[in-house]
Amino acid sequence: MTKIATRDAYGKALVQLGRENKDIVVLDADLSKSTKTASFYKEFPERFFNVGIAEADLMGTAAGLATAGKIPFASTFAIFATGRAYDQIRNSIAYPKLNVKIAATHAGLTVGEDGATHQALEDIALMRAIPNMTVIVPADGPETEGAIKAAAEINGPVYIRLGRSAVPVINDENYNFQIGKGVTLKEGNDVTIVATGIMVSQSLAAAEMLEKEGISVEVINIHTIKPIDKELLVKSAEKTGAVVTAEEHNIFGGLGSAVCEVLAQHRPVPVEFVGVEDTFGESGTPDALLQKYRLTPENIVEKVKKVMKRK
Amino acid sequence: MENLKQIAKQVRRNILEMVAAGKSGHPGGSLSAVEILTALYFHEMNIDPKDPRKKDRDRFILSKGHATPVLYGVLAERGFFPREEIKGFRKINSLLQGHPDMKNIPGVDMSSGSLGQGLSVANGMAIAGKLDNIPYYVYVLLGDGEIQEGQVWEAAMTAAHYKLDNVIAFLDYNGLQIDGDVEDVMGVTPIDKKWEAFNWHVQVIDGHNYDEILTAIEKAKNTKGKPSIIIAKTVKGKGVSFMENKAEWHGTAPNEEQLQQALKELE
Repeated sequence: MTKIATRDAYGKALVQLGRENKDIVVLDADLSKSTKTASFYKEFPERFFNVGIAEADLMGTAAGLATAGKIPFASTFAIFATGRAYDQIRNSIAYPKLNVKIAATHAGLTVGEDGATHQALEDIALMRAIPNMTVIVPADGPETEGAIKAAAEINGPVYIRLGRSAVPVINDENYNFQIGKGVTLKEGNDVTIVATGIMVSQSLAAAEMLEKEGISVEVINIHTIKPIDKELLVKSAEKTGAVVTAEEHNIFGGLGSAVCEVLAQHRPVPVEFVGVEDTFGESGTPDALLQKYRLTPENIVEKVKKVMKRK
Repeated sequence: MENLKQIAKQVRRNILEMVAAGKSGHPGGSLSAVEILTALYFHEMNIDPKDPRKKDRDRFILSKGHATPVLYGVLAERGFFPREEIKGFRKINSLLQGHPDMKNIPGVDMSSGSLGQGLSVANGMAIAGKLDNIPYYVYVLLGDGEIQEGQVWEAAMTAAHYKLDNVIAFLDYNGLQIDGDVEDVMGVTPIDKKWEAFNWHVQVIDGHNYDEILTAIEKAKNTKGKPSIIIAKTVKGKGVSFMENKAEWHGTAPNEEQLQQALKELE
């Protein structure tokens, strides 16, 4: 299976976008080679602004550009974007509803060797708690390209969560990305797995394992955490009666919480969570970390069996 | 000039009436910046109250957002919204929020309130102006306490690095912050040398003297290749005898009696 890091797809999409729209500007905070905005810089140096190691200033400058009609993409690692510059995102970007796109890379455990200080596991929670903010977590390369394009087309702040490591490509190049619309990747009747980001491909692998045991699994890719696709979630929960959520994020405040907010109100069913269980990560290879912190297809299978007993 | 002085008097009255009506707000650091804002909005800036968002307008960012009574007081006088709105200051369901809100208030170019963020935004606006070849200026007002925020210095570097000579900052140097003297709370001196070291064009003036303010703006505009800061020495609470140089008037509203006394001084 082909593997591409979503940050690589971002770099590529950004250049394409830059060719189509001269109002696209890109900002980075000394990580352009890692976030892949360097490819935009190479083609459009006059529309690229490195602010140095200064994330607060990064977000504020992007806000200023947006007030004057530019469409800024501001990039750095997810931990710094959402942690270091939370107040700037909240007060200078989201409150005035400015058209800033925050494309944050190196999210989650799969940052790997850099360890806990660099592994954003609470960024979805932080961003989705801010009014006016759209939150997107692409699962693969093609979905990233679609998300970047779609983000540029809507007016308002968008947070796009990207990863460092290569992940399996599950969508083809004709994939039609729509903000706020979940994607049913596989239909089933016994249980629903709702996944986001890199956990989507893990969930498809889990579903394959479960099918072999005769369990019919529905797999839904929720790439837009906010606004979330309520209708799809409720319909699927109604059909299967049990849900497992899967995310590379703290189980508090992320996809699992967002799904439960919908289900608790509209269709309460048992839910189990696959995610980082309220702990910091550590150094290691991405695969070793996914194993240790229980984010593998096997862990999803385990939670599916657990939730089905609760039906 | 006489005209500006008259307007300043009315703006001060607006500030006091606003804060008294809202029973909340920040009169001290609003009164200290009256001359700076009236010089900008009534003499210097290319703006149109009938078209508050026109593309080539000069911009103003009140980075020390708590001083919003002076901004609202000036915008009302300049005709961006009816003066009656000031009675709703900080009240539920009213236009004038406790800190500047660009989404809803005509003439407000940027929302602010969390200190230290305005200069970064000014840089973004200035870069956009250069990209689009629109020769507007971006003015920003910083507080002397505010420059304790680290982001201000991040932005100071960015403005100099990108040679943003269309950024003109004012520093409202009134010497006081909530907890007392700026120099006691967290010393910021030497301010001029700091900005010089960050590669800015620096001027130090009397922030209540229109000649000095207008001359300084002209000099700033004629400075090419670097951003400008005008360090304006001011008096917190300026114009109201019992408020002048008193840190306790940073964020306290006058009662009815105090309001009447203050208004009398401003007749």
